[in-house]
Amino acid sequence: MTTTTLKEPLRGSPAGAATREPRRRTGRIRRAGLPYLLLLPALILELLVHLVPMVIGIVMSFKELTQFYIRDWGTAPWTGLGNYKVSVDFDAPVGEALLHSFFVTVAFTLLSVGLCWLIGTAAAIYMQDTFTGRGLLRALFLVPYALPVYAAVITWVFMFQHDNGLVNHVLHDQLHLTDKPSFWLIGDNSFYALLTVSVWKGWPFAFLIVMAGLQNIPGELYEAAALDGAGMWQQIRRITLPSLRPVNQVLLLVLFLWTFNDFNTPYVLFGKSAPEAADLISVHIYQASFVTWNFGTGSAMSVLLLLFLLVVTGVYLALTSRGRRTGDV
Amino acid sequence: MRSIRAAAVGAVTVSLALAATACGGGSSNGGGSNDSPKTLTYWASNQGASIAVDKKVLQPELDKFEKQTGIKVKLEVVPWSDLLNRILTATTSGQGPDVLNIGNTWSASLQATGALLPWDAKNFAKIGGKDRFVDSALGSTGAAGKDPAAVPLYSMAYALYYNKQIFADAGISKPPATWDELVADGKKISAKGKSPLGAEGSNLSENIHHVFVFAKQHGGEFFTADGKADFTNAKVVDAVKQYVDLMAKDKVIPTGDAEYAQNQSVSDFAKGKQAMLLWQSASANLKSQGMSPDQYGIAPVPVQSGTPGTGTQVNSMVAGINLAVFKNSHNLDGAAKFVKFMTSDAEQKILNTAYSSIPPVRTAQTDAAFNSPANAVLKDTLAKSAAALPQVADESQFETAVGTAVKNLFADVAAGRAVTTASVKAALEKAQQQMPAK
Amino acid sequence: MSKSPMAPPSSFLWSRRVFLTLLTGFVLVPVYVMVSSSLKPLADVTGKFRWLPSGLTIRPYIDIWSTVPLARYFANSLIVAGAATVCSVVIAVFAAYAVSRYSFRGKRVFTVTVLSTQMFPGILFLLPLFLLYVNIGNATGIALFGSRGGLILTYLTFSLPFSIWMLIGYFDSVPRDLDEAALVDGCGPLGALFRVVVPAAIPGIVAVAVYAFMTAWGEVLFASVMTNDTTRTLAVGLQGYSTLNDVYWNQIMAASLVVSVPVVAGFLLLQRYLVAGLTAGAVK
Repeated sequence: MTTTTLKEPLRGSPAGAATREPRRRTGRIRRAGLPYLLLLPALILELLVHLVPMVIGIVMSFKELTQFYIRDWGTAPWTGLGNYKVSVDFDAPVGEALLHSFFVTVAFTLLSVGLCWLIGTAAAIYMQDTFTGRGLLRALFLVPYALPVYAAVITWVFMFQHDNGLVNHVLHDQLHLTDKPSFWLIGDNSFYALLTVSVWKGWPFAFLIVMAGLQNIPGELYEAAALDGAGMWQQIRRITLPSLRPVNQVLLLVLFLWTFNDFNTPYVLFGKSAPEAADLISVHIYQASFVTWNFGTGSAMSVLLLLFLLVVTGVYLALTSRGRRTGDV
Repeated sequence: MRSIRAAAVGAVTVSLALAATACGGGSSNGGGSNDSPKTLTYWASNQGASIAVDKKVLQPELDKFEKQTGIKVKLEVVPWSDLLNRILTATTSGQGPDVLNIGNTWSASLQATGALLPWDAKNFAKIGGKDRFVDSALGSTGAAGKDPAAVPLYSMAYALYYNKQIFADAGISKPPATWDELVADGKKISAKGKSPLGAEGSNLSENIHHVFVFAKQHGGEFFTADGKADFTNAKVVDAVKQYVDLMAKDKVIPTGDAEYAQNQSVSDFAKGKQAMLLWQSASANLKSQGMSPDQYGIAPVPVQSGTPGTGTQVNSMVAGINLAVFKNSHNLDGAAKFVKFMTSDAEQKILNTAYSSIPPVRTAQTDAAFNSPANAVLKDTLAKSAAALPQVADESQFETAVGTAVKNLFADVAAGRAVTTASVKAALEKAQQQMPAK
Repeated sequence: MSKSPMAPPSSFLWSRRVFLTLLTGFVLVPVYVMVSSSLKPLADVTGKFRWLPSGLTIRPYIDIWSTVPLARYFANSLIVAGAATVCSVVIAVFAAYAVSRYSFRGKRVFTVTVLSTQMFPGILFLLPLFLLYVNIGNATGIALFGSRGGLILTYLTFSLPFSIWMLIGYFDSVPRDLDEAALVDGCGPLGALFRVVVPAAIPGIVAVAVYAFMTAWGEVLFASVMTNDTTRTLAVGLQGYSTLNDVYWNQIMAASLVVSVPVVAGFLLLQRYLVAGLTAGAVK
């Protein structure tokens, strides 16, 4: 990430200090404390809203927090690793369902991130040159991303209905591609429904970031390549794509984390009990905690999820930053 | 090295902050009090066509209550999708309403949290005694042998609503009394190009209500006498299969209904696309969708052929809404007064008329307003052939687990997969294993 | 703008035409469905789908305000998202300035920690956060749970990590000579920040603000647990159109459009800044 490439920062300012001799001491103290003071609001809020609740969540994962104890969870009995054992016992239904949900989420995330990136990058590259209607098209392409999640997803629910939806109307009634109308919101097809919505909503973000990334590629590179006789496609392959690498590293990671943790899309699309084929882990955990009233097990599952994401992010950053360093040399 | 030390400092800070703010652990829900005798907060469930309609129905009554007692009631109508979550969070935090509506099937589950005021003899005395309520409604207010966790407010029962015109067109003279008749009638109706029966295949609660009744008709129970989950006994499996077979084998429920979860089957019925509907107290609902009462008839829900037959065999759950008081209310006396007010004969008549439900209060039930043919069927069902859903602490998990199993079975049918006794049993087996271990 | 001095080959032009046409269709169809359905009578949207309405009506746009108290939800969302955005941007500017311009102990820990909160599953801290708010409320009398304040606090931290990170990148791109000059001129560090760095970073700040606003405007999970009737926001309130009775699809679409217009319009108006902000900030 960018933090690793920060330049050595400004260390006070000798000139400024020299001109104000009498206030030198206080100035130095203020300067030493200032960055912390500036960080304080952000720090307090992150502690309050993210870190402390996360620690409480970890504590909860070691408790038997069922309906009998939620009223005063301080008195809930400790279960040690009990909740974790239940969650990772892949031979028993709870663990098996969690594992299934995990695989569904991984498959969904990889496909969704891949497609978002592909479409976003292709669109950004195709729209690099000016042509008539480019501005309009760019605005239009950003609409799905700008729409509030609820509004966007509920529209897709409307379109995916079995009897009255647009999708079946087009595929079955108008194009006659299927023998009979398909179900999109239940059963196996729900995976593709979820994927479609996720890509529709997510690709403009990739488009936006890649578009910004493209503007940082110096024009001389292209000119040099053109002098060497490289055609348009070769320029894209040899200059554009490699130059986008640092951008892609961050983009893919952010997309991955957002998609993997996405709750709003499946929740609005399927409601409280998602079909098995589209049982994303966030909704699965929500169901494990809120619908069956077992917040201990739910917390244990969340902690496992967090650990997984930590490992993935760590490995990803280690791999990409090494690649990046050698690339820079 | 430096960053490791800094990380350690960060970790310590976090745990200190945790110790300072959170180790209170949940909330110290002491008992209630009468600290704020002038106000009450009331969460009402969404009973009418919309939240706005509910407010229109309830607000004048709350004003009446304020005039009588000087207590101002702050009303919030909570949508069904949010209600249970809101109750759960209120339970966890101790910050909730004083008085609230709960689905009566949740009574035992919520009772187990200990957040609701138990209605012992003393509390019942404040509202005129337990005897004012009919037995069927009291049967769904908490686990047996414990003081009820809530008081019945509105009672409802399932009935078979049928479209008179479609029946006449198909040459059917009277509504089916048994499932065999219903299936036979369904063939005639299908031949006329209408769909016979509606269902909400993706609605977990609806699924539970129906398979519960089918299980009763097969003589099966989802829970053993000592409260253990027993979803895989042959009778329950047969019952669930019979319900799913209405779509799979008998083809009286269209496969499209497998994805219904938002009462689309009611609108299909109201629009005259579908001949029959199994629903609880649908009159007000149908009216608001423009279907006039003379267009449809109401009959008891069908039963199995043979003995014991219509009228005695269970053909509905005891549906309804209960009124509960949060134990840590700051206006316990006011809450009791409010419950008394809401269950008074006069209010029972007004409210149950507005929601086309049946008053669970004996004296109110005899009022002429509840003698219409529609209400007669519902009243009769409640009195003779309705059974309460299992009053066990795990009821809410049961609804989720088995309701989802039935939903998945419907999805299988919709996808064209066969539904066999074995596949039904497997689905129920899985549901059972998701229940909390005892 | 044109990067290549050569004219693009026809294979490029053709594939571009095909690709962009398909993509436009993919993007446009749901938008069209949303707009057209919001103008249809109820019978049209509860029956078989039709591309063209049987008749146009603005009835849904009138009914949406009475079916649910949409105006109140709207006001709540505006207050919550607006306040969360302002606070988030101000706090992010301070934090990013500190990281960008100073070297201090714990800097790396801070940035890594803040960024890592992006990977927390919301579901993990939903209930704990809720308990924390309730406890703070009990201890101090500050009502966080159920209030707009609690929601503002929550949402602003959702956008904070990404905002800080983007602004660090952007501030790094503002030449240091500028604020050094300001310091020489007698400005304090904060003076340098507000007189020099912030004005130079406006595109980045706008981009961050847009992101923060959108995050707060559309959030469903926390809003559904942490609000009540009086503080409910749009994202949750919209669910009120699926009632016991019927699903008023035309009203859902009309309401969805109404709540989308402010964000989409704002987003499109500011997109130029957004791209500029991202170019200098995030993707450097």
